[in-house]
Formats: sequence, structure tokens, C-alpha cells
Amino acid sequence: MKAVVTVMLKNGVLDPQGKAIGQALSGLGFDGVGEVRAGKVIEVELAETDPAKAKAAAEEMARKLLANTVIESFKVEIAA
Amino acid sequence: MKAGIVVFPGINRERDMAIALERSAGRAPRMVWHRESDLSGLDLVVIPGGFSYGDYLRCGAMAAQSPIMGAIRAHAARGGHVLGVCNGFQILIEAGLLPGALLRNQGLRFLAMDCHLKVERADTDFTRHYQAGEVFRAPMAHGDGNYFADAATLDRLEGEGRVIFRYATPTGEITPEANRNGSQRNIAGIASENLRVLGLMPHPEDLVDPLMGGEDGKPLFDSICAALAA
Amino acid sequence: MARDVNQALAREFGLSADEYQRVLEIMGRVPSLTELGIFSVMWSEHCSYKSSRVWLKTLPTKAPWVIHGPGENAGVVDIGEGLAAVFKMESHNHPSFIEPYQGAATGVGGILRDVFTMGARPIANLNALRFGDPKLPRTKRIVDGVVRGIGGYGNCVGVPTVGGEVNFHPAYNGNPLVNAMTVGIADKTKIFLSAAAGVGNPVVYVGSKTGRDGIHGATMASAEFGKDAEEKRPTVQVGDPFVEKLLIEACLELMATDAIIAIQDMGAAGLTSSSVEMAGKGGVGIELELDQVPQRETGMTAYEMMLSESQERMLMVLRPDRQEVARAIFEKWELDFAVIGKLTDTGRIVIRHKGQVEADIPLDPLAEQAPLYHRPTEETPKPARLGLVADKAGLGPALRTLIGCPDLCSRRWVWEQYDYTIGGQTVKRPGAADAAIVKLEGRTRALALTTDCTPRYVLADPEVGGAQAVAEAWRNITATGARPLAITDNMNFANPEKPRIMGQFAAAIRGMAAACSALDFPVVSGNVSLYNETEGRPIMPTPAIGGLGVLEDAAHAVGYGLRPGLSLVLVGTTEGWLGQSLWLREIAGREEGAPPPVDLAAERRNGDFVRGEILAGRVAACHDVADGGLLVAVAEMALAGDTGATLERGGDAAYWYGEDQGRYVLACTDAAGVLARAQAAGVPARLLGSTGGAMLTLPDGDTISLAELRRLHEAFLPAWMDGRES
Repeated sequence: MKAVVTVMLKNGVLDPQGKAIGQALSGLGFDGVGEVRAGKVIEVELAETDPAKAKAAAEEMARKLLANTVIESFKVEIAA
Repeated sequence: MKAGIVVFPGINRERDMAIALERSAGRAPRMVWHRESDLSGLDLVVIPGGFSYGDYLRCGAMAAQSPIMGAIRAHAARGGHVLGVCNGFQILIEAGLLPGALLRNQGLRFLAMDCHLKVERADTDFTRHYQAGEVFRAPMAHGDGNYFADAATLDRLEGEGRVIFRYATPTGEITPEANRNGSQRNIAGIASENLRVLGLMPHPEDLVDPLMGGEDGKPLFDSICAALAA
Repeated sequence: MARDVNQALAREFGLSADEYQRVLEIMGRVPSLTELGIFSVMWSEHCSYKSSRVWLKTLPTKAPWVIHGPGENAGVVDIGEGLAAVFKMESHNHPSFIEPYQGAATGVGGILRDVFTMGARPIANLNALRFGDPKLPRTKRIVDGVVRGIGGYGNCVGVPTVGGEVNFHPAYNGNPLVNAMTVGIADKTKIFLSAAAGVGNPVVYVGSKTGRDGIHGATMASAEFGKDAEEKRPTVQVGDPFVEKLLIEACLELMATDAIIAIQDMGAAGLTSSSVEMAGKGGVGIELELDQVPQRETGMTAYEMMLSESQERMLMVLRPDRQEVARAIFEKWELDFAVIGKLTDTGRIVIRHKGQVEADIPLDPLAEQAPLYHRPTEETPKPARLGLVADKAGLGPALRTLIGCPDLCSRRWVWEQYDYTIGGQTVKRPGAADAAIVKLEGRTRALALTTDCTPRYVLADPEVGGAQAVAEAWRNITATGARPLAITDNMNFANPEKPRIMGQFAAAIRGMAAACSALDFPVVSGNVSLYNETEGRPIMPTPAIGGLGVLEDAAHAVGYGLRPGLSLVLVGTTEGWLGQSLWLREIAGREEGAPPPVDLAAERRNGDFVRGEILAGRVAACHDVADGGLLVAVAEMALAGDTGATLERGGDAAYWYGEDQGRYVLACTDAAGVLARAQAAGVPARLLGSTGGAMLTLPDGDTISLAELRRLHEAFLPAWMDGRES
């Protein structure tokens, strides 16, 4: 199965990339653009077939490497 | 002093560092490939600049998980000296040997320029050959040098005297203009509690020869060599 | 991809009807798709130089210090102490228009491989960039991507980017130029070449895996852009500088052994051109088993693998008894290593995949019967000399405009995104001297490096412009005190099937050849990029020159920054030549006239004199007088050294802004001595002024503070690109 790990900067950590994207969107004429946050999505193929175990494994990966929990939060979703 | 320079795949300032160390120590440092695990006999372990593992995922994240970091942690725990510059600083932070994080530069561009660093304290093994409050010039070259930590951590670092270098104007003022990457409180370099693990973003190792424009970075290497002279 | 091979498909692959006929004759049958692919890339303009070869052959390529001239991966010159400099410049224009970041990044990667393939450790990168009108939003996007791409790749591989040039002109609106140059250092007795040898020896593939990147990039580089250029995006390759860095270290480690017989990077047309060139140059045959090629994607066909332009790959012929030594090195660096074939005595390239022979082509005819065109040429009419032009602006206002205009403003915003100190050997950084100075690690010797071309001169008079580009490179090296040794050229022109364009090419080569001969400054490597036009709008002819010189002692190098208390001396003749000058364009709003003539004898005499003065330690700063003329040169010196100057009274706009060639401004303590020695050497020279203070005092008494000048000089790029004041 596949684990989809979404990593975002924590609220309160300045996200200059998100800010720049927001400005660019406004510049392109998109009205009403509020706060923009940029993060990353990491897909991990897993041999594990039990969704709960797969999720636990992916969360461990996120804590250990995929996210820097000093500045980032993460979310794991398991896709079949 | 016996120094070792740890080389991860993608590290690229190891030669600059070796030149600077040899200039001050009078002997060439040992190059330590990242798959080695034996740091015995080394007084100083240096993680130089570069793009370990391509800076993919996050700068320093993958190197921080590599087996040799265990040996570096043990070296630091024994009270050994560790210097991390640029990518080396990022690796030390990712490995948890120093607190905080290094984010993208605030302008989202790579910054290659000389900056001025104010020496916050000259009573560490890395800074004794500077004066406290002295300002020196150092090249910087990074895309992710924007130092971040939460307010409590910053206060603790300040309270414990662990902020060693700050970005400053040539006359020593701590201003936003002098702080091009956007680091909190202009922080350019910090140390561990015992002041023996130092990380900084700029490259004093690239300014140790008058031919290259100055020797501003040399006192840092002279300091650590003198401190560890055996 | 089961398509019938016929003339229509050949046409799509970029082969003309005549060329396809020749393929049929060589093969004696209808070629397979893979074979047609191989012919099309080997006979593309990019690989075969079919339009340019007859002219390139007329360039001077020899000198006692030249070790390898054109024909190898890069040029090699002897720089003393048993060392050789290996260097070349190459274009990545088309890919950079389609995807600026990756186009520029892979351009840097490709030229690096050309240099370390020969056994040299890269020590410096330079570039020559031309962009369209800054008023177009598209130009901004391209500048941003190209600069980030060059920095992203060069910074990561750890090779300092020490110099280059950036110009803007609407002629490049639909077709920017991205020319990248790499310089490396090798032991002159250990240069690696690509000629394969030893029947039965293994052919080894190392580096990244092969994907479907950039298929037909070489033919794309040889085609004019149409409106569908944006749709060509999938053919653009993606660079991985991290793997390149590993590849550099692994190759140099292997090169320290005796394992390698021949080595070639997989550049344009990847596996095809590398295997054909290695076997062809060695006069042997080659057999490849494509099942052994490391692949990133599934289901790739032989055609796709042979045409893939995946980056960061090399092909080598190894001594069979050293194969395992080599494998261990590449495994240490975590790079793919695969034996994919062997050399044969058949004189043919045979490609097998899944048990089938996918291609079987005789190598000699593939090379020898490659098309060679003597395309018709039409001379550019000599432009009329410019008449008198009234100066409505005055010296001061003109300087304030010129020093901040896109073509003369500070390039700081660009170079601050390039790591130029890595390596710890950068003696003169960007903005410090006319050529970058990079010391050789552990030695006193240094190289002086520059890239130069003035396309508006070349357009107005291709022969004069060609000579001027070479002369300016020579002058920029000379102005640091270094001895110019050799050049690499990157000939960027429009569609060669148009006689006027081919005439520009031929005339530019004539001018370059004359300058190379007169200045003992041969061409040792180069690259041709044709069809640089979009929807019929040609670029300006741009023969970009990369120059290399040597200084025996890096400490002798001078920059152009002024110090207080010096005299300024002008060397060279000033007639006041405003034709094609930036003053004429930016102040009078006219792009016309003949470009300044290049007197090669005077060029040499003046330059040799200046170099002699520098090496004798009598010159504190030196700057060549180029774009913008004399007053701009002095202003640049003042800004670089943060020191003002007071200029002698007199002279009009033509005198101070004319772009007469062969001139230098020297800052020295003993002006009388310099003037006396100049007179004795038959070199025109005059006292220009003195240095000191924080103002520039102009010849008409007007003053400009350095602070104001700096604000004007530094404003344009940061404000335009990032909306910020510098």
C-alpha cells in the first residue's frame, strides 16, 4: 500500500514561499486570496498490507526523517 | 591538534576547510568518509559545507540520520569539539546537537556575499583569538540559512550565552539590513551548552589568505588549534 | 512506437530528402526506427556541424602551448608546472527558453562533464547570457529561471561561478542565449580522450539511470522555434547536480588508476553520440546490449534508450582486468555501473535489445558521409559611418543614465546567487577585475577567465564584431596582468539556410581568425548553435568568446577598484567613436553606424605595454574601456574601489562616451614614468586625472557623489526582479 505524507510548516513559522505564491496569485488578478502555505507531499510505497501498521510505520518515518518537527507538522494518509 | 573532516556524499567545501585547518594547525586534517565509524584520536570533528544528499528533502536531514552521526554524538558527549559550517551547521541542527532550525532565506534566493559577523563572546575555544564585540568579514553562500527557534529557545540560548556570532553591519550594529537571510535575532552561529559544539552559516574558512581578500576567518581556526594544541 | 520508416518520418526527425536518400544508400535497405534515430541525431547540426564546419576549419587552432585543439570534448592548453587547463563553452539556448531553470542547469551540467571527462577537476564556471527586452514579463521569468538554474546546479556541484556577462536586447525576446563555460585543471600527461581501443574490451555505463528525458534534444537544438515551442516541454531534461558531484569524484578517483582506455560523456543524443564517437575515433566497432542499460522507467524501447538525453551519465572503455576496481569505486559513490557492451573489429555499431538486433550501421560512412554544406552567403553591407550627433544631454546626465541602464548596471543581483568563493581560490571575484582570477590550489599560479562579445557590433559589421569579441577577451585578461593563452567560442547565430545569416557567420569567423592570429590567441574548443530564431525573427549574431590566460603569480593580479592618491592614465587612441555605442542607443535613442574599428597591431602593442607595467608592479588598478566608453570605465573603477576621481578638463560626449577599442585606464603612483615608457614603446597615453574623495568630478566640472552613482548603478536588477531597492 501507499502512504501519503503531507508535511507543512507549523503555524507561526514564517513561510516566505507561501507568501511569495500568495503575492504572485494576487498579481495575476486572483481576488480574495488569503494566506497561502506551501508544503510538500511525499508518497511512500510500502509492502505492509495492514493499514494501521502501515500508518504507524509512515508516522515513524515522518517523525524520524520526513518532517522536522521543530518547524514542521505532518499528516499521514494511507491509500490502498 | 588532530582534526577530522567528515565527508558525506554531496559535501563540497571539505577542501576549503582542510586548507584553513592546515594553515592554522600546520598539519593536514584527516578526511573521514561518512561510512567510517571510528573517530577515535580526533580532537576536533568538522562537518563542512556543501549539499549533502543534494539538500533533498531538507538541508542536512539525510546526513543527520547516517550512522556516523552516532560516533559524532558520542564524541560530543565525551566533551569533544565539533564544528559545523553551513551544511555542517544544518546537519548538526537536524541531528539535534544544536537547537532550532534553518529555513529558506527570507528573500527565497541563494545568497553569495560577504557578511559581517559580530563576535558575541571571545571566551570560547573557537573565538579566543577574536575580541568580544569584534566584527569580522566572512563569505556566505547558502539558500537555507534563516535561523529559527521558538521564543523560549531563543531566550534560553541568549541567557546561556550560546549565541556566538550575529550578522552585523561593518561597524557592529545589529540591524535588519545586515541580516540578509532573515535569521531570528540576527543569529549566525550558536554553540552547545558546554560551548564545544559550534555551528555557523558563513564560511570563515574561505577568508584565511590575504590573496583571497583577507584573513578575517583565520582567528577562528587559530583559536581552536591553540585550544586543542597537544 | 511502431511507425513506418519513410521519408516523411525522416523529415520529422530533421533529415532532408537528400540526407534520407544517403541513409538508404549507406544501409542498402530501409533503416529501422532506431537506425533512423541514430542517423538523424548524428547528422543533426548540433552533432555534425554540417553548416559551420567549412568555416570553423579556417580558425587558428595552434600554438606551442596548445595540447589539444578542437575535436576533443574540450580544449587543452599547457599552463606550466606540468599542468593543463581544460576548457570549453557550450550553449543551452533552446532548452532554456522552454524551461529556463532546467535548461540552464543542465547546460552547466553538460559543460562540466565535457571537462571532467578529460581528467580535469573543474575549478571555475562562467557564463554568457543574453535576454530579451526587460519590459516583457516573459523576460523576467526567463532571467529568474536561468540565474536560479545556473546557481542551483553550480552551487550544488561545488564549482565556483566566477564570471560572465549579461546583455538585454529585444532581438533575444523569443530566443535567449545561455552559454556556459567550465575550466578544469589536469596533469598535462594524464589527459583522457574518447578514442576507443582494444577489441573485446568492455564498454561500461556509469552515472544516473536512463529515462525518457530529452528525446530528440539534439535535433531540437537544430530547429527554429515555432509557436508550438511551449509544447516541446516534455523533451527538456532535468538535472541532478548531486549525482553530478558524485560522478565528478568517482571519475577523478578512477582516473587516478590505469583502468580507463577511453571515456566520453553522454551529452546531446546520449548513448548514440557517445558510442558512435568513441568507436569511430578509435577505428573499431561496438556492440551494445541495451538490456544491460540501467533504466529508470519501464518498457523503454531501443529507440528511446539510444536517443535519451538523461543527464549525468558517462560511457567508458575499460581495461578488462581493472573492471572490478572501477566497479568498486562507483559502488562507493552509489552510482550505477553496468557493462553494456564490448568493442569489436567489425567497424559497425550493433545494438541489441531483447534478443533482437535493433540497429546495425557501418561507422565509417555514418561519420564520413555526414552531410557537409557550403551554404550560400550574403555579406552584410558595410554600414555608413555615423555623422555628427548633437549632445543634448551633457556629460553628467548621460553618465547617470548609462551607469544604471540594463546593459551597464551592476550585475550584483546575478552573481550574488552564484557561489563564487567555494574552493577558496578566488583571488578576483565578480565585479573586482576585468577577468576573474582563480588560483591553482597549493600553487602560486592563477588563471584569468572571461567571456565576451558585443552582439550589436557583430550585427552592424560581422567581421569587425568577430574581431572585437576576441580582442576584448584578450584585453580583459591583459588588464589583470595575465598572459592570454587561448579561447573557446560559442557561435550563436540564426538560420544558416538564409544567406544573410550564413554571411554573418562567415564574416564573424574571418574577423575572429584575424584577431586570433594577430594576438596569438588560438581557438581550442567551441560550440555552434544555429537556428536561433523564433517565428522568423533572428537573434543578433553572437559569437561569444571564452578567454583563458595565466599568471605565474596570483599576487600580481590587479583589479579595477581605485584607491586614493593615484593618477589615472589612459592608454590607447581616442577618436570619439559613437557608432553602435551605448551612448548613442541609450542617450540619443539610435542604434546605427559602424562599430569601432579594431586595429589589431595597436591592440597588441597597447596590451603588451599594459601587461608589462602591471607585472612590473607599477599599476594599482586597471580597467579596459568597453561598453559605455571612457567615463563609464572610470565610474566603474570608482565604484569598485569606493574612491572618487577628478578628471582633467575638456573633451566632448564623443570623447568620453565613444567606444574606441584597444584602450585601458591605469591607476598608478608614477604617471610620469608610465607616460614616458609608453612614449618610448610607441603607445599613445595621456594623463586622465587623479583619485581620491567620495565624488566623481567630471571633465565639465559637474560632480556626482559615489553614493548617488552607486544607487543608480545598483538599482535596476533588484528593483526589476524582486521589487526591492538594492
